[in-house]
Amino acid sequence: MEAIRAENLHKTYGEGSTEVKALRGVSVIAHSGEVVALLGPSGSGKSTLLTALGLLNPPEKGLIQLLGETVVQDGVEFGDLPALRRSRIGFVFQKSNLIPFLTAHENVRLALAINDMEGPETHARAQELLDYLGVGGRADHYPEQLSGGEQQRVAIARALAPRPPLILADEPTAALDSQRGRAVMELFRKVAQEQGTAVIVVTHDHRTLDIFDTIFEMEDGMITTAGEPAQV
Amino acid sequence: MNLAFKDLRRQKARFGATALGLGLLFAVVLAMTGIYRGLVEDATLLVDRMGADIWVVQRDTRGPFAERSTVPPEWEERLMATKVVRSARSFSTASIQRTHKDRALRMTVVGLSWPGDRGQSLQMVRGRSLATAHRELIADLSLGLEPGELVTLGDETYMVVGLTKGMISSSGDGLLFATELDARTIINWQAPEARRLEREARLARLAHTELDSPLLEDRLRDERSVLPVLSPPPANAILLNLAPGMNAEEVALELNLSPDLSAYTTQGQRDLLLKGVVEKSRQQLGLFRAILSVVSGIVVSLIIYTMTVAKTHDIALLKLMGARVSVVVKLVTHQALLLGAIGYGFALFLSVVAFPHFPRRVVLGPAEYLSVGILILFLVLAASAAGIARALRIPATLILAG
Repeated sequence: MEAIRAENLHKTYGEGSTEVKALRGVSVIAHSGEVVALLGPSGSGKSTLLTALGLLNPPEKGLIQLLGETVVQDGVEFGDLPALRRSRIGFVFQKSNLIPFLTAHENVRLALAINDMEGPETHARAQELLDYLGVGGRADHYPEQLSGGEQQRVAIARALAPRPPLILADEPTAALDSQRGRAVMELFRKVAQEQGTAVIVVTHDHRTLDIFDTIFEMEDGMITTAGEPAQV
Repeated sequence: MNLAFKDLRRQKARFGATALGLGLLFAVVLAMTGIYRGLVEDATLLVDRMGADIWVVQRDTRGPFAERSTVPPEWEERLMATKVVRSARSFSTASIQRTHKDRALRMTVVGLSWPGDRGQSLQMVRGRSLATAHRELIADLSLGLEPGELVTLGDETYMVVGLTKGMISSSGDGLLFATELDARTIINWQAPEARRLEREARLARLAHTELDSPLLEDRLRDERSVLPVLSPPPANAILLNLAPGMNAEEVALELNLSPDLSAYTTQGQRDLLLKGVVEKSRQQLGLFRAILSVVSGIVVSLIIYTMTVAKTHDIALLKLMGARVSVVVKLVTHQALLLGAIGYGFALFLSVVAFPHFPRRVVLGPAEYLSVGILILFLVLAASAAGIARALRIPATLILAG
């Protein structure tokens, strides 16, 4: 099942002499349970594509479908994009971006709370996810009391909490050493396989490419290569 | 999940210090409100307390409080002769300063109409009301006197027999009650040298007349005679209580037809005090209160705004996660309300603990507490609006910028 489909996306910043075409006819598909990498040098349009897929920065032209439902087409938004973000998309960032005044457990519950889910079952769900990602014992710790790797695991737990069909990760291992970076990527693999979530990861780390099902390589706002790791 | 409280939980000391600082500011607003009301109450305390229907004073003066007025005590009989008057009594009051136990004692002396009024209706906190016609005093606590303490005022020594609380004149001085005659003696007392000089002056004036009255001259020379010698010490007003069914306004109009006196109803006296004696102070306090309210509003706004700016990253994250606007609004508003509530609580605490020690009386009732509470609520909500406006401008994509 297609978790997300993006077709012929175009995005331009500025105008006149400062005009930058950030996306030039980009198309991407990610299926449920699939782990997809977006590779490319700085300025290639990876982050712009990620914000477009995350419904934060809709493209002027092109189509975006979530679970087969059209949400943006040629700059026109269909439906409540923030509501779609909170229920259907989980975000993981380069830095963990946990709320500093919430414990690990509360950070995970936050993703449920903003989806109007409160009560004992959310406590259980948060603890279950933290246990699943190997940081259950750190549930009552604040982000500043956690290591970088632990913070990223909590961030992934938070992204998974509302059971979104899609997770978007923007260089999630950039702040981690190679060992911890690989562990995080393997977690994405595990999450995709076991929870059926589609995961799209923007990364520079070529050492972990074997983990991905599909790799899209970008340059100058276009997809230059697409395929399995062995083909790229 | 209440994000506002969770945030504050992590920075209790900082938030507590901010709230206490705001509390001090709110306490000043509360104090200004209380002083404002205290001023009004102090100004009208005596007028209300004396329970007269009509105040008769010297013609064309606004006495006895707003302006000096002297009336002959004999007017009591004159006014009693009218059928509309049930009772008449002379009334004297003046602010004086004397030295007592090597300290300046500033007070407002008030005459009580002995024997009808012995001060029994005063709110006594210690001691008793007057039991004799002379040389007994009832003092306000603010004067620092004790029951049984002897106080020399002029040529006489008086004993404090009772203490009242909160009996303050419009000038802020504590009240000292004596019988009307004693009050007049205290108020009109002159130093021996001043009396000698006046006797000499009067004798000199007598020598220039053709009266040739040895008796008068003897009285002037007699040091036992009390000045001004030719008449008893004047009172400041005659207080009238009217016969049942009489209309005070109409009687005052009637009395004002007399060429030598002016008459005011009790409400008229209150107006004279509020629109005359304390008007400028009221305006000044009102202005201070308004300025303080604006300053408080600015300070609260800045605090809320700064607290919001400090959470820019967290708010951007919430937006990126798709949180509703209400989540962000609650985060800002709940913190602002809590800040206001703690600040107001601290101000209330100070009003109980510290305000009674203020030099001026601070009068706070439910209306004052409520009005300041509503003002703070308004300030806090207005300040929240500034914070919310800032929060809503934060883009979700800020997170992706690192």
